[in-house]
Amino acid sequence: MELASQIGGSVTDGLAYVGALARLGIRAAYFTFVAPFQGKPLRMQRAVSQAMQVGVGALPILSLITFFIGLILALQSAYELRKFGAITFVASAVAISMTRELGPLITAVIVIGRSGSAFAAEIGTMKVTEEIDALETMAIDPIHFLVTPKFLAMVVMLPCLTTWANFMGILGGALFGVTQADFTVVTYVKASLDALFLRDIASGLAKSIMFGITITAVGCHEGLSTGAGAEQVGRHTTRAVVVSIFLVILVDLVFTALFFFLSAG
Amino acid sequence: MDQTENPAQQPEAMISLRNLRVSYGDREILHGISFDVMRGETLVILGGSGSGKSTLLRTLVGLERPSSGEIWLKGKNIAAISNAEMDEIRKKIGMSFQGGALFGSMSVGENVALPLREHTKLENPTIEIILRLKLDQVGLAGFENYMPSQLSGGMKKRAAVARALAMDPEILFFDEPSAGLDPIIAAGVDELILDLKKAFHMTIIVVTHELASAFLIADRMVLIDKGNVVAIGTTQEMRASTHPRVRQFLDRVPEPEVSQELDYLQMLTEENRRPSR
Repeated sequence: MELASQIGGSVTDGLAYVGALARLGIRAAYFTFVAPFQGKPLRMQRAVSQAMQVGVGALPILSLITFFIGLILALQSAYELRKFGAITFVASAVAISMTRELGPLITAVIVIGRSGSAFAAEIGTMKVTEEIDALETMAIDPIHFLVTPKFLAMVVMLPCLTTWANFMGILGGALFGVTQADFTVVTYVKASLDALFLRDIASGLAKSIMFGITITAVGCHEGLSTGAGAEQVGRHTTRAVVVSIFLVILVDLVFTALFFFLSAG
Repeated sequence: MDQTENPAQQPEAMISLRNLRVSYGDREILHGISFDVMRGETLVILGGSGSGKSTLLRTLVGLERPSSGEIWLKGKNIAAISNAEMDEIRKKIGMSFQGGALFGSMSVGENVALPLREHTKLENPTIEIILRLKLDQVGLAGFENYMPSQLSGGMKKRAAVARALAMDPEILFFDEPSAGLDPIIAAGVDELILDLKKAFHMTIIVVTHELASAFLIADRMVLIDKGNVVAIGTTQEMRASTHPRVRQFLDRVPEPEVSQELDYLQMLTEENRRPSR
């Protein structure tokens, strides 16, 4: 009975948490799509500067990591494929696994580490130093002022970063293809493109938008629920990273399953 | 509760508290606070740590919702109005936070200009002029391009006051204006409050536990203890008060220590018996 009530309690807590994330997302959506027509303009300048931090700032590390991931994928799939003399299928194996799965996922994990944690730490620190209270006493809604630009930046930048990650991953695969199989760069890229359908790329990008929403909601929610004291900022920043990674994988599973059954039906 | 006009309100009362109760969870912090703040006066809310004075201030600016009671401010009961109505009232009040609460990612100038950019349709050149005027008023002329991290504690407080003044508020709130400042800088902040009072006849409400500063700036004082109003009156009345709690606070007498060994033993064991969480 004890166990059952504990499981029940955890499920209730989890649902309440997701509910809080959804409320945050809905408020941000209101400030994005409805409020601008009621005389409360969007803060494009803040959104652009956030987009620079989230997107452009992540490019070097993202390029390096996804290039390596592409290379690793090529090595791992070649290990199996060469047994069947099918080493030329390395190109399609890398292209499909990058665009459908690893591109969006690796991008999300890097963005969680760079930006999701930064959102939680920034908002959490503002909470501790009474800056959030100061916004409220100035009749400025913190969701409008702080959270909405972050949502906008993430929803726009994550698909862009994912596209770049896909490209770099295929390039990493090409390094293997050109040196270890009988590809040139041109034939490798052509083989990759031939293997890809639009729906592979689109489903990956659709997932990346969902990841962006999830990461922002968790980061901002953790920041806003920071209590008093500096050690709270650290705790909620850590929580933001752990919960984001978990929820991104969960969202990934749900959408991958959805796409699987939709394309089968 | 849905009446928004208060017929009983005195014409000169700027803020009227009536039986105000505030709780965090099940713990009640303020147990029925009632007093008036008159237009143009400087009221100092005195109290020790944990007395509830900061909670009272947070409730007055709408950061906490009271569990019951009324707060009449500009003819509205802010305990029972919507967020949109509260935002309208917030544009008429200014608040200076304990640590300044300046936005670290913006320059001092951007901090002061923020409420103007958010709530007015003024052109940039006009905002620049207001901004320089406000910074000059708090003695920070020429500092608009500094980042908050480059300012000292006293300058941060002054910048925060400039931001609180940006919208020409009718009521100005201060949370612990001299906390964390050395005596000379703290005296400078007191001087600034006195200047504002003289120049604008603003209604000023200050929460503090600094007695010297309180007696210097106050017209009237309220002493809060354990969530209740102990005494209210002018500085002379407070000095002359014979109320034991007021005397204890003003004469800086520490809480009587547990003298009896038996009491001490009992206190220790009771602590033990309390269910741990």
